[in-house]
Amino acid sequence: MTTTDRQRVTISASVDGKTVELPEGSSVLDACRSAGVGLPTLCYGPTMTPASACRVCVVELEGSRALIPSCSRELEEGMEIRTGTDRAEHSRRLVLELLGSASELDRSEEQLAGWMTMAGARSERFGPPAVEAPRQPPSPGHHGSPELAAAATVYEPAKVEDELYVRDYSRCILCYRCVDACGVEHQNTFAIAVAGRGFDSRISTEFDFALPDSACVYCGNCIAVCPTGALVGKIEYDMREQGAWDESSQEITRTVCSYCGVGCNLDLHTQDNRIVKVTSPHDHDVTLGNLCIKGRFGWSYVGSGVDG
Amino acid sequence: MDIRNLLYRPTEAEKSAVDEVLGPPDSGWDGGSFGGLDGRVAYGGHAAREKRHMLLPALHAVQDAVGGVSRGALGYISDRLTVPPAEAYGVATFYALYGVDETGITTIHVCDDIICTQYGAEALCDSLDDALGSNGVRWERSPCLGQCDRAPAAMLHQPGKGYANAAPVDTRSVRAIGFDELDPGVVHQDRSELALLRRVGDVDPESLESYRASGGYETLSRAVDLGPMGVIEELERSNLRGRGGAAFPIGVKWRGVAEAPGPIKYVIANGDESEPGTFKDRLLMEGDPFAVVEAMTIYGFATGATHGYVYVRGEYPTAERRLTRAISQAREAGLLGADVAGSGFDFKLEVRRGAGAYICGEETALFASIEGHRGEPRQKPPFPTQHGLFGKPTGINNIETLLAALYALQIGGVPFSALGTEQSSGPKLFCVSGAVDRPGVYEVPFGATLGELLELSGAGKIGAVLLGGAAGSFVGPEAMSMPLTFEATRAAGATLGSGAVIVFDDDTDFGPVLARIARFFRDESCGQCVPCRIGTVRQEEALGRLSGGRPLGSRQEERKRLDDLARVMTDASICGLGQTAASAIQSAIRLGLPGAPQ
Ligand SMILES: Cc1cc2nc3c(=O)[nH]c(=O)nc-3n(C[C@H](O)[C@H](O)[C@H](O)COP(=O)(O)O)c2cc1C
Ligand code: SF4
Ligand code: SF4
Ligand code: SF4
Ligand code: FES
Ligand code: FES
Repeated sequence: MTTTDRQRVTISASVDGKTVELPEGSSVLDACRSAGVGLPTLCYGPTMTPASACRVCVVELEGSRALIPSCSRELEEGMEIRTGTDRAEHSRRLVLELLGSASELDRSEEQLAGWMTMAGARSERFGPPAVEAPRQPPSPGHHGSPELAAAATVYEPAKVEDELYVRDYSRCILCYRCVDACGVEHQNTFAIAVAGRGFDSRISTEFDFALPDSACVYCGNCIAVCPTGALVGKIEYDMREQGAWDESSQEITRTVCSYCGVGCNLDLHTQDNRIVKVTSPHDHDVTLGNLCIKGRFGWSYVGSGVDG
Repeated sequence: MDIRNLLYRPTEAEKSAVDEVLGPPDSGWDGGSFGGLDGRVAYGGHAAREKRHMLLPALHAVQDAVGGVSRGALGYISDRLTVPPAEAYGVATFYALYGVDETGITTIHVCDDIICTQYGAEALCDSLDDALGSNGVRWERSPCLGQCDRAPAAMLHQPGKGYANAAPVDTRSVRAIGFDELDPGVVHQDRSELALLRRVGDVDPESLESYRASGGYETLSRAVDLGPMGVIEELERSNLRGRGGAAFPIGVKWRGVAEAPGPIKYVIANGDESEPGTFKDRLLMEGDPFAVVEAMTIYGFATGATHGYVYVRGEYPTAERRLTRAISQAREAGLLGADVAGSGFDFKLEVRRGAGAYICGEETALFASIEGHRGEPRQKPPFPTQHGLFGKPTGINNIETLLAALYALQIGGVPFSALGTEQSSGPKLFCVSGAVDRPGVYEVPFGATLGELLELSGAGKIGAVLLGGAAGSFVGPEAMSMPLTFEATRAAGATLGSGAVIVFDDDTDFGPVLARIARFFRDESCGQCVPCRIGTVRQEEALGRLSGGRPLGSRQEERKRLDDLARVMTDASICGLGQTAASAIQSAIRLGLPGAPQ
């Protein structure tokens, strides 16, 4: 094809019987959305390449034995996609139930609770959550006898290792977003990776070192992508633990970071006139939601003149 | 990429073990001493990515030398390969054979899987704490070690020496495992009537001359005469389907690789064989390694791949050693390398060792493992013939498939297709184990019935047979007349899978068998996708509650829970492991086997 006739190719497919037309390179998820079907997504973040890991977005594809992850499957001409079949709904519900049975999800992105209700997911059907002893070092291929009366969870005590940032992995759903954000997708620091195998896999630094002893540069870009509140700023964590976190009373003020010339947009989240968190908009074309340690955490000087 | 190096230093022994496989460091940037220009130039990007595939070989080197992967060793390997320490740790902790953050440990891996337990493995395990004491020797339970024809089995790993298999073992002999290699295993049939097993136990697996004397390398000459497309057309006519479990037509796969665009392609022999009850590929690799090398050379020639790998299960040290030796003899004889057998074709073949992960037999997980990553499968499409190892078009076949291809090229595609049935052509290997008089690998033409196979191996009163291993399904005594073909097993809702045929006698309590299978999948799930990572845990729990008579709610609710789990794992998992993790258990329930949940 020469450059002159390189017009965008349109792919046509059907979603629940409705014909949709999208540009080449679109995903099945894009097609479902364009047909007005909302699907849950967890491991697929808006600024990231899909990991295809959580399976909460699966749909049925005519001719395919297994369900397909809509987030990562490229749309092909003539695909017949069905989102509302018993099979697809069953799998999406079970995935949500399983996640809720293993991880604490009460501080997750707002939509999750809605998806759970919509799907009729009841995580408690797998038994009361087991609260286990502190985690053992990874031992792939081996695990202790199951407790049976209670459902095994990913519980471990929250890692509070510094004044900036808490890792509360009892809430982790292993969506790989933080690993990708710290690694190839955004930060290129590679401070954290998945360690261990199977249900015992955890996000970890080398030898589970504390974050200050790892390669972490405290950019907080992993916090920005974590969908469950497993990674969270220390101030937010403390306020939540005290029951003082109140998102509905918070205000967001958009400004530009003053530390350097890149010009990252900052959203200052304030509660009772105090900054409680700083983020950057995911749709900002400079940051894609990312910041560095100065923008994300270097604001304690703000207001210091006021409170003394 | 910013990489922060670990502050721990390797010992001299660790450093030299790593340098032995990686060569000495080039500069201060990869673990050497700083000097000269090192302060002003840095290495990274492409050069660094090119080394990552050496991660598993380097981890093996220290594990074998000092009996564990210490912080200093991991740090040194990270430096040498420019791999972030967190990632190297993530990789090392994925594989069961690496002892991370420890050194100096001798480990005895004792199989407690579903065949060895029929031969007293539990009593053996119970006796081991007393028998072994502690002096730096540890024992661990292991899934199937691929020695089920001589159960119960164990494997020793000793610092400075590496791995050794032993089978059968008892409380006394398990303490005195030596490094003498076992025979591949008994071939119970008349070899002169066999095709795939004809050389096993007959030729000297360490001698190219012996292989050649039995007709070896004649097929390569024939392939060179046919030319690449001629080879592929011959295989298309043979109707040969893959023996690794998916029954994919070999001609389609080889043509796909040959016709894929681009100058760099790979071919891989899948010798990861970790499906419980499967040991046929071990027999072939140990007993006929040159045939694997010859078949791979033809694979490369036909598809245009210039580089091949044989990925051998970490628990198969003899296979690994013999294949490595066979490759170097073939290279010396000009049958590998720049100008294979004077044909002008350039082909390099090397052996890679797995490190204790069933999932690495799945083709895309196997690619990840060779590339130096955790053995996590990836979503297909794209398929390996387009996007495989290192992102290049890749052909991957099971060891038995490759030897069957060699045979098809020897006798011709059409005569091969006349063997067996129309949809399942050629000879087929079955691994018969458990409650039979003569366990072992049997070669029969496709179409022989289950009853005929069990007659060969001498079975008594049968409770059930597990076809295809843990990922397969149970059939009852009424299935004796079922032909062992892809089509007949599929029609019966079963599968041939890996060719495992595990026999249980008629007083078996299947409760513990199913519990072991549930434990297997929970241990071997890579952990990437939710249905399998959490589903296998919930399946083990629900099964345990049902067999212990303590269901959560009513029995019906518990059964519903098991069924729901089976459904989501089968429908929504990324790969075949999760998709089959409920198969054997569900089939036992359907058959109403004694001890299965009702
Ligand atoms: C969990 C899992 C484990 C597998 N293990 C093996 C194995 O050990 N050996 C093998 O040849 N194929 C194995 N396979 C199948 C491979 O993915 C692949 O289909 C096969 O190597 C292709 O070779 P074939 O076409 O010759 O059968 C496994 C598949 C899955 C899902
Ligand atoms: S804060 Fe930044 S450097 Fe640290 S782990 Fe998160 S993404 Fe990586
Ligand atoms: S910590 Fe958060 S972002 Fe990271 S894997 Fe867990 S849930 Fe995902
Ligand atoms: S099905 Fe299991 S083994 Fe396969 S990718 Fe998912 S978690 Fe990993
Ligand atoms: S959002 Fe699609 S698999 Fe996770
Ligand atoms: S070696 Fe023990 S079950 Fe296979």
